[in-house]
Amino acid sequence: MSMPALKLEKSSPAKMAQAPAAQVVKMPARKRPALAEKIVPLLKTAAANIVPPIVVIALLLGLWQILCSAPGSALPPPSSIIQNSWELIAHPFYDRGGLDKGLFWHILASLQRVAVGYSLAAVAGVGLGVLIGQSTWAMRGLDPLFQVLRTVPPLAWLPLSLAAFRDGQPAAVFVIFITAIWPIIINTAVGIRNIPQDYRNVAAVLRLNPIEFFLKIMIPAAAPYIFTGLRIGIGLSWLAIIAAEMLIGGVGIGFFIWDAWNSSLIGDIIVALFYVGITGFILDRMIAAVGAFVTRGTAAA
Amino acid sequence: MGAYLKLDHIDKTFTRGSASTNVLKEVTLDIDKGEYVSIIGHSGCGKSTLLNIVAGLTSATTGGVILDGREVNSPGPDRAVVFQNHSLLPWLTVYDNVRLAVDKVFSGTRSRAERHDWTLHNLDLVQMGHAKDKRPSEISGGMKQRVGIARALAMEPKVLLLDEPFGALDALTRAHLQDSVMQIHATLGNTILMITHDVDEAVLLSDRIVMMTNGPSAYVGEVLEVNLTRPRKRLELVTNPTYLKAREAVLKFLHERHRFVEAA
Repeated sequence: MSMPALKLEKSSPAKMAQAPAAQVVKMPARKRPALAEKIVPLLKTAAANIVPPIVVIALLLGLWQILCSAPGSALPPPSSIIQNSWELIAHPFYDRGGLDKGLFWHILASLQRVAVGYSLAAVAGVGLGVLIGQSTWAMRGLDPLFQVLRTVPPLAWLPLSLAAFRDGQPAAVFVIFITAIWPIIINTAVGIRNIPQDYRNVAAVLRLNPIEFFLKIMIPAAAPYIFTGLRIGIGLSWLAIIAAEMLIGGVGIGFFIWDAWNSSLIGDIIVALFYVGITGFILDRMIAAVGAFVTRGTAAA
Repeated sequence: MGAYLKLDHIDKTFTRGSASTNVLKEVTLDIDKGEYVSIIGHSGCGKSTLLNIVAGLTSATTGGVILDGREVNSPGPDRAVVFQNHSLLPWLTVYDNVRLAVDKVFSGTRSRAERHDWTLHNLDLVQMGHAKDKRPSEISGGMKQRVGIARALAMEPKVLLLDEPFGALDALTRAHLQDSVMQIHATLGNTILMITHDVDEAVLLSDRIVMMTNGPSAYVGEVLEVNLTRPRKRLELVTNPTYLKAREAVLKFLHERHRFVEAA
């Protein structure tokens, strides 16, 4: 219905093409202000986003410096942290063997444990979530169990895990697994249960087999929920690994912090905390970005 | 041999605990090949339930559906449904939504290139070829419904089931889609069963109009033959006495003899 209107508009510039010089002059004249107009608001929004956090951080650092500068204060001020832990801040990649490594290596060791435990939790969690989302029987059977187990604090699993695996490494991985799996299971199950009946009807009319239904309807339809669970899961994993490593020892950011405390290197602890925070933030954003990419288009039906 | 699509003494009772509601009672209907039949009735009379039974999405308590000589009791692409709310998968493009159906139905019988062409052909049939790479959220309600129709047509169904397909659209868009459906019906000669609550739509599109009584225990109250020659032109029908008479008959059935009293 809109086609004839479009055609009319197209035919009129064809007539104007008899004066090409005017058009050529017009183009660059238009472009220049357009570029400047694009950059200025971009800079403005960037400034509006960046200035407030810088101001707040500067104020907090100043406050911290003033509060902790008094002689005999329990915690060091920022200036003395930079002074005393400069080696740690400046050289995250050094490695002198044993536990004497830069923070990068400690973080990496922790991330490896999280990667293994979290991947297992993601696969098992989505699988179990689909099961209890799809089957009422499985939901009734497993849900009470899950509801109780998920409230057990991560570290409470560690002694049992150590007893079962007789080694710190798999025990820590198990703690990550058991911490991350609950939100993944529960969110996946909710997502599966919320798949609109319409999509199920479409699948029924098309006679999709269970595998096709799982891949083509279930996973995409439940993806927003699944990624919410995965995002909560990665946050909890990162919380749990620090605590678990404090207890199991070895290379890892958790034990590094504990070791620093035992050596009364408070400055090192604070530097390590920055690293932990930034890493956790990056992990969260990574999962969120993957989720946003995978679920593009699904939000608006 | 009998009718192409036969609804044979369909009874439907919903049971929840000890309470049971009889929705449909002894619904019998014969539809010939290439016929366009509309089912009209007040909301809640069970007409959507009836369509779901034909589609196989709900099973009848007693009675059954016979299509082309075979009883059907589970959903399948031979009875493609155009759902009221389009039911396109939002994570797939317009093309992929139709392609999913084409791939599923013709995976064994047609090559990849043939399936591609068939998908585009059906999108062109509903004038949606230009938007094939858009996602459902990027197109209007009328366009979504067109894609829904393309998806159903692409399955080459024996009977096309339309569940209030234009109910959620504005009047102008609805008219455009009705014209499209009439054109497709004229070209392809599909057998169509449509649920509607729009009297004009029923008279304009159908060969026969099946009027349902109010539920519970709804049954076929009357069947009206619409003896208007095709192709039908919306504007010419406004003053056509046959059209007006048919319209009056349906209105009288709905508003005199079987007024909807419960709510409204």
